[in-house]
Amino acid sequence: MKIAIASGKGGTGKTFVSTNLFEVAQKTGIPVTLVDCDAEEPNVTEFIDGDVFYSRTITQKVPVINTEQCVFCGKCSDYCSYNAIVFVPGNRFIKVVEDLCHDCGACLVACRYGAITEERKLLGMVKSMYIGPHAEIIEARAEVGVYSPVPVIKKAIKEANSRYLTFFDSPPGISCPFIATVSQADFVVLVTEPTPFGLNDLKLSAETLREISIPFGVVVNRAGLGNREVYDWLDKNGIPLLAEIPFDREIARIYSQGRLLAEEDENYRRQFEELLRTIKKLAT
Amino acid sequence: MNEIIILSGKGGTGKTSLSAAFATLGKPVTVADCDVDAANLYLILQPENYFEKRFITGYKAVIDYDTCSACGLCIDYCRFEAIAYQNKKVILSEISCDGCKLCSRICPCQSIRMVASDKSRWYAGIYRNGFMVHARLAPGEENSGKLVNVVREHARKMAHEKGIETIIIDGPPGIGCPVISSVTGASKAIIVTEPSNSGFHDLKRILELTSNFKVRSYVVINKSDLNEDITEQITGWCAEMKIPVIGKIPFDKQFVGAMLQCKSIVEWAPGSEASKEIMKIWNSVNDLNQ
Repeated sequence: MKIAIASGKGGTGKTFVSTNLFEVAQKTGIPVTLVDCDAEEPNVTEFIDGDVFYSRTITQKVPVINTEQCVFCGKCSDYCSYNAIVFVPGNRFIKVVEDLCHDCGACLVACRYGAITEERKLLGMVKSMYIGPHAEIIEARAEVGVYSPVPVIKKAIKEANSRYLTFFDSPPGISCPFIATVSQADFVVLVTEPTPFGLNDLKLSAETLREISIPFGVVVNRAGLGNREVYDWLDKNGIPLLAEIPFDREIARIYSQGRLLAEEDENYRRQFEELLRTIKKLAT
Repeated sequence: MNEIIILSGKGGTGKTSLSAAFATLGKPVTVADCDVDAANLYLILQPENYFEKRFITGYKAVIDYDTCSACGLCIDYCRFEAIAYQNKKVILSEISCDGCKLCSRICPCQSIRMVASDKSRWYAGIYRNGFMVHARLAPGEENSGKLVNVVREHARKMAHEKGIETIIIDGPPGIGCPVISSVTGASKAIIVTEPSNSGFHDLKRILELTSNFKVRSYVVINKSDLNEDITEQITGWCAEMKIPVIGKIPFDKQFVGAMLQCKSIVEWAPGSEASKEIMKIWNSVNDLNQ
């Protein structure tokens, strides 16, 4: 079973919820994997760390143009949908902008003169960490300056053991990195906060998930801040409210130090266990 | 022209709340909301839009089954695993399709056409302290970086035409393509962080990015009293790296109170400690120009 923890807005508590769910699953003896899919800013290991037992670099192919063989016809530049090949016909100038390349291979097909080959470019790393006998963390981490973390995210998701309960800590937003993550899940937990920003972004994420037909429920974090509009909206749209976590400076403090609430507080441990049961019921 | 970008790496540290405060302190300014994925600044600034434009984020392949011979050549060529056989029929996954058009070019039956994704929009408008450009990326669409470029270019054009000196850019979270598009060519970056291990970790990554792009960066620690120890650590680390920390804003529930009233904190609670600190930060940001 694969569960993504996501939100349109950043900083609502995705990592907070996913690390605590992982913790209670592990302690209950459920074989579990947590995949940190926020490859631009991975934070799971700030909370749970283990020995890396497997690590691999993720690369993509980028074209290399051999200007000796190139006849400067410009067809590769025409074929490129990402403006990654700059071609100035008059000047016999042609250049690959590696950052814009999506590794689609169209330029290779376009070139009839064998002037294009490919080389590897580093995008990031995927690391698997041992946490317990049946518990592991997989971290996707993109290199700084890389445009798209999507290939790194996809690889990390593929590494997860399909027989384990798997959580994906999703990247924020509603564009490609988010889609690459949630589209692989059976159920999505959207974490929001009861503020106008939280609600606005929740609506966008909900709309996106409906479009790709993935079931979801909502956790309201920092309950007590803001107003009741989020609850009214959930009610009106028949979206399940999975849990509420109150706003509490002590929770913020525990979180800020990289500690797990479920480990520190018996009452919250039970609430996360309850949340896990609710999610498993809805996801099957 | 002075382009100030507000960034954070980690989400939820207070980029938009700080941008809103700047946008209501400076006059006149042009504001560009570059968090096109989850744009929120318009909720506070409530601009009156005088135009709305369509933005094509990319293309998706569509198969015409009347002519498709199910030869499967497209499956071999597609590097995004977007095409597969299902019961001897060639099926295309819209989610996986990257819009590279290669399948439509190599299809021997010419059965694949590319359809534009044109549901995203961008807007320009007037708000109480100046002009605002913002956008809405349609759910699940790509190329937010390109949309960011459109927003920024128009903000510059607008500022130029109206003779406005300052552009405030509310940036997206993360360090990927929309952030790179937002930060390229900015005059200075204000990085909003929070005193948590995650906030600190993400701060280092975003600073690495701004330094690669040669954009001078200044740090603001928001919610600084939620963990004084980590605030200390961040301050110490910044001093070592010679990155100025230009403000520490205490946690204040009135940020949410202001948001509920569609106001910035400096409009809603000008006398609060948080507002006073933000005014100090805004003044020092402007002093940095001289």
